[in-house]
Amino acid sequence: MVKLPIYLDYSATTPVDPGVVQAMIPWLAERFGNPASRSHAFGWEADAAVEKARENVAMLVGADSREIIWTSGATESNNLAIKGAAHFHKEKGRHIITLKTEHKAVLDTVRELEREGFAATYLGVQESGLIDLGAFRAALRPDTSVVSVMLVNNEIGVIQPVGEIGAICREKGIVFHVDAAQATGKVEIDLLKLPVDLMSFSAHKTYGPKGIGALFVRRKPRARLEAQMHGGGHERGLRSGTLPTHQIVGMGEAFRLARENMASELPRIRALRDRLLAGISGIEAAYVNGGMAPEHRVPHNLNVSFAYVEGESLMMSIKDIAVSSGSACTSASLEPSYVLRALGRDDELAHSSIRFTLGRFTTTEEIDHAIEVLRRGVAKLRDLSPLWEMAQAGIDLDTVQWAAH
Amino acid sequence: MTYSNKVLDHYENPRNAGSFAQDEEGVATGMVGAPACGDVMKLQIKVSKDGIIEDARFKTYGCGSAIASSSLVTEWVKGKTLDEALTIKNARIAEELALPPVKIHCSVLAEDAIRAAVADYKKKHGEK
Repeated sequence: MVKLPIYLDYSATTPVDPGVVQAMIPWLAERFGNPASRSHAFGWEADAAVEKARENVAMLVGADSREIIWTSGATESNNLAIKGAAHFHKEKGRHIITLKTEHKAVLDTVRELEREGFAATYLGVQESGLIDLGAFRAALRPDTSVVSVMLVNNEIGVIQPVGEIGAICREKGIVFHVDAAQATGKVEIDLLKLPVDLMSFSAHKTYGPKGIGALFVRRKPRARLEAQMHGGGHERGLRSGTLPTHQIVGMGEAFRLARENMASELPRIRALRDRLLAGISGIEAAYVNGGMAPEHRVPHNLNVSFAYVEGESLMMSIKDIAVSSGSACTSASLEPSYVLRALGRDDELAHSSIRFTLGRFTTTEEIDHAIEVLRRGVAKLRDLSPLWEMAQAGIDLDTVQWAAH
Repeated sequence: MTYSNKVLDHYENPRNAGSFAQDEEGVATGMVGAPACGDVMKLQIKVSKDGIIEDARFKTYGCGSAIASSSLVTEWVKGKTLDEALTIKNARIAEELALPPVKIHCSVLAEDAIRAAVADYKKKHGEK
């Protein structure tokens, strides 16, 4: 018997790997020193642990450990990178480019800069969810100072061509920031080769603890930032605040495990995702959101719209399966997913979407159970759906005059 | 979203789900909402010769509370005259189901569905 509930929401957060928990524990009570204490052994051992973790984070992404700044998570990293770079270069230019499908931590940061007087372009994406490089080039202005594009999208899992975007930015002398919160352990990242100036990371999306993240700040050529948090001058003055040793050790160990496990984990997760996709393909009028080209989508993600069925009610009917939905009913704003709308999906299909994200502890039995429960749920709700009834009767729903409310 | 037990009960065991044939004697249909907004309710009533709603059916595309609201009103309209049915207000539906504030629009839609079904009946039977 498969154990319920089943967790298929790994892009929301991941469980902390048991090995990571073990690594963290000594740094709470037993070895509690402040890594900034230079005058005694308590501080020295904490500092050594922090530096080892920094090394592990750097190694997963091909960076030098001196290029890693600790933060509280990817949201803070995004804020520090985008505001920090925009402020530093404000005499040079005040135009920022990002994508409509970015995470709110980027979009809202850019909005804030707009309130401060910066100009911003929110680029649309192709139906696949990928950036159109031609449109990107066309959006560049002489005063463009910062570009921010995510590596892996949180809703549809597509991988943006950050190498190509970065090359264009380099050529124009524009700071390029990449939000890689959803990417670590899922795609190869080699900052030795990638022309990226700033990159945000999160621990809890990669089997580490919540509340810790990092920002890569390139040394050569040097990426310049204005600090957003002032105080004791920690992290070379870029981010003040006492370092949370246990959290940092956790992130380091999580990223070390990611490096060690990636080669074996990715094919296994891809096989499970493809099994889920095959199971779902048996359901009529189910549409995958975002491109599925293997080189442009992480194997962990499947986002599907089940037409004529509303997402929140579908989640209720599959209540032993933990997933998320682009339905308005699941968001505070009562708007359906802006990411799916940016793909050109109509609102109805955005309301009907379910995001499945798989991870390290997902099993074949769980996937098979999820498929079965999903089939039943969709069938039940379509039985209840006036839209399904109309579609079956051959009525084109686009021609119906709806009484909007 | 944490729902009340009543919403969950209606969601798990919807009352009077289904459809009457459109041309069946005494049947009238109200369809409200829009797919783009994430909810569409279809409420059908079957009215006897002496003007009593003797049966009702619903189909709803929407969240759990939209389904529960429409399921509930099919129970409430039964045995009522058309005018009595029109006295069912969204506040009572919301109260009965203990809908959270963000879901009040579901009860409003259910009230609208009753109005639309009654209006359809009156139109079909030449009343104003």
